[in-house]
Amino acid sequence: MQINQHFFQRLHLDIPLLVGLMLLCGLGLVILYSAGGKESDIVIRQATRMLLGFIILFALAQLNVNQLLYITPWLYGIGVLLLIGVILFGKKAMGAQRWLDLGFVRFQPSEIMKIVEPLMVAWYLSQHPLPPSYGRLGVAMLLILVPFFLIAKQPDLGTALLVAASGTFVVLLSGLNWKLLTGIGSVGLGGLIALWTVPPDKIQAVLSHILHGYQLKRVMIFLNPESEPLKAGYHIIQSKIAIGSGGIYGKGWLNGTQSHLEFLPERTTDFIFAVFSEEFGLLGSLVLLTLYLFVISRSLYLAVYAHSAFEQMVAGALGLTFFVYVFVNIGMVTGALPVVGVPLPLISYGGTAVVTLFAGFGILMALHAHRKYLFS
Amino acid sequence: MKATKIPPLFTISRHYWMMAILLFLIGILIYRAVQLHISNQEFLQSQGNARVIRNIPIAAHRGMLLDRNNQPLAISVPTESVWVNPQLLEDEQQWQKLLQLLNKPAENLKEFINDKITKEFIYLKRHLSPQIAENIRNLKMSGVFLQREYRRYYPASETTAHVLGFTDIDDHGLEGLEKGLENRLKGISGHRAIIQDRQARPIGLAGKFHEAKAGETLQLTIDRRLSDSAHRILKSAVREHRAKSGSVVILDAKNGDILAMVNQPDYNPNNREHRPTSFYRNRAMTDVFEPGSTMKPFTIAAALESGKYSPHSMVDTGNGELELDEFTIRDSHGYGQLDLSKIIQKSSNIGAAKIALSLKSEQLWNLLYYAGFGVKSQNVFLGEVSGFVPYFSDWRPTLHASIGFGYGLNVTLLQLAHAYSAFANEGLLPTVRFIIEKDAQPLSVIKVMKPQTAKNVLNMLEKVISPEGTGNEATVEGYRVGGKTGTARKTIHGSYANNRYFSLFVGIAPLSKPRLVVAVLIDEPNDEYYGGKVAAPVFSQIMADALHLLNIPPDAK
Repeated sequence: MQINQHFFQRLHLDIPLLVGLMLLCGLGLVILYSAGGKESDIVIRQATRMLLGFIILFALAQLNVNQLLYITPWLYGIGVLLLIGVILFGKKAMGAQRWLDLGFVRFQPSEIMKIVEPLMVAWYLSQHPLPPSYGRLGVAMLLILVPFFLIAKQPDLGTALLVAASGTFVVLLSGLNWKLLTGIGSVGLGGLIALWTVPPDKIQAVLSHILHGYQLKRVMIFLNPESEPLKAGYHIIQSKIAIGSGGIYGKGWLNGTQSHLEFLPERTTDFIFAVFSEEFGLLGSLVLLTLYLFVISRSLYLAVYAHSAFEQMVAGALGLTFFVYVFVNIGMVTGALPVVGVPLPLISYGGTAVVTLFAGFGILMALHAHRKYLFS
Repeated sequence: MKATKIPPLFTISRHYWMMAILLFLIGILIYRAVQLHISNQEFLQSQGNARVIRNIPIAAHRGMLLDRNNQPLAISVPTESVWVNPQLLEDEQQWQKLLQLLNKPAENLKEFINDKITKEFIYLKRHLSPQIAENIRNLKMSGVFLQREYRRYYPASETTAHVLGFTDIDDHGLEGLEKGLENRLKGISGHRAIIQDRQARPIGLAGKFHEAKAGETLQLTIDRRLSDSAHRILKSAVREHRAKSGSVVILDAKNGDILAMVNQPDYNPNNREHRPTSFYRNRAMTDVFEPGSTMKPFTIAAALESGKYSPHSMVDTGNGELELDEFTIRDSHGYGQLDLSKIIQKSSNIGAAKIALSLKSEQLWNLLYYAGFGVKSQNVFLGEVSGFVPYFSDWRPTLHASIGFGYGLNVTLLQLAHAYSAFANEGLLPTVRFIIEKDAQPLSVIKVMKPQTAKNVLNMLEKVISPEGTGNEATVEGYRVGGKTGTARKTIHGSYANNRYFSLFVGIAPLSKPRLVVAVLIDEPNDEYYGGKVAAPVFSQIMADALHLLNIPPDAK
């Protein structure tokens, strides 16, 4: 045990976190086999990406803080340029321009920003004593807003919001005083309460000034899915039906009718949680949520015991961003939040997201694992 | 140690706070999951089943109607209908082929479909020909389905149209026996539940397979040969006399079987388009008329039953006119003294009126009531009317007298034919029937008069056919026939019209062993109108055909 501990420490890997991630990946492949219509092709492809993700995690975990600090501004610069490149030369898919084709590989630069954004904000803020001055906070906001608008213009509001959130978490973790935190907190809470209580038509009137046609529509359908049962509201209704018909114990693996008979849309990607719930029931959902909670709290634990402000901010922001993925996706699938295209981390089918997530955890492990060598 | 290097931004207490918030948010998700999984489970599950499980109805085969010789009169032929689920329609190009097959204009149909895009089931065309159905099946279009159905076909067409009625496109009885016997004919449709995917492709069976139960096949009392003959003869007579309408009823006097019931004008039940609905009426049962002279045998029967009269009793009919209150009753000639037999033979209104007035109103009413007037004859043909006989306590002398010769009451042709079977059947009246039940039921019979009375009246009816009688043209060669003519003035707007008559004849044959009653009604013949001139020849032809077809041996010398 002692030897093993030492061995993994030398590999710069955090065992509890790694085990949690592996379990999630395993569950993901199991349910993907069912959701994908019992085809092993899709499972093998996803497993390959997970392996690739793990290699990247392992590689990133070997970096030390100084190396990270050194490459961060470069990564951010390249990321922003790629986002501009997407808008100029990007591939269209599903009505949005998100893909960049480099000949040998196609990928979404916005995914990279999910990691680079918190790194960059943390890098900038940690250059000077914390908590930051208002001036520096302003610059930090600018660092957040530039990629936000570039991504939102693709248009991909979901990813833009997630990228902005990961940067914002860094700001929140940068030692803002309690008054400011409570202020931001109450605005957020107020927004949520308003969303659940104010009549939809009034919200529509206000939002129509801010949002694009299809974004506004999505929000309005979330507020009242039954208004369009055959069109856009269909996703949410079908998803609720799938979850509800699972009951406490579920219908059993491969036995979900709603998902297998093609009633459930996007069942391998954004709505895979509904397939999972129909087949494994409430108990399965609780197990999955517990696993996610474990991974998140382990990430935050690592953040708390990190050694520099930079490390704390990055680790904390990565953990919180991961939480946001889980919260937004399950909230969306269960009809508690609007439909925004956020996959369920490590479970939903999709290559870039898996690789990005593993990269994030790789950085987390790098920050944690190198602490001992720096300070012991 | 750590705290000295860098100010602790992310302190333990902040960590706890943060974890608390995260747990709270995760709690919201768990609450939501519990809500869906447990509280709403039943609703959501049933919603889920509603999407996955489709009940496919299986049409039940509607029972056949056969004539008394097991010839089919109404049969259900399997056919197919094409329907679409607009939400599943995809291939625009194949649409053109489908529309060509259905012979429908493309533009209309597109609009039609677009209007109903939220529906899941629209019939495109019902009851396709087998070839077209097969071609549509070969198109294999998504969203287009064929459904097995049955189409009713009536081999005897116009002949039996009025009695049988018809069904609607969903094979439910709408008119006639089809309606009256609906519950026995329709059977029980089955269903099977299938699991389907989003494209409505069947995946498998869910639950039990409920086989459809075919309806009962019923044998009617109708004889198609007699009906065809009666229909043909009536049709040409109505045409010849340019009459408004006409009906013929043939009854088996022994058991009340309705052997034929035909009407003019008629319609083709296999193709009902462009026919006024008045043509659908089974006039022999749905229309009433004042029977006129054809009622006189019942007045005579009541007289004989009363004991006051014998067949040889004489009645003074005077000079052919009888003043009664403000009315005058007329005969065509002044006959003077007539016995009962001659009153029938000459059809004397005055004689019949005098006899009626000499009887208690109750006596006459009772006989009419037992003979079936004023009541419906059966319970399977739903459109039948009961006719009207005023209750005896309301009879003023003029009404009392006029009922004696067939005015002041109204009847259907079936009632009239039916009542005559009491004469043919030794005074006993069997209930009329349309159906020959497999488990033979005892005949329900009403005693209307004494056998001797019936025999006496039959003898008088035979004299009507003699050269001296009004109904000489009703003669059937080789057979002894008895009957009564009737020429009843029609009422128009409550008063009797000139030159508008019902021409009637009701007769029985063969008299040696009475078997058949045939009643003929021609409404408003345009040239002649006497029952003896218009209805009697029709009777003669129909009765002759019927006797021959039923192989009834001639009984005349």
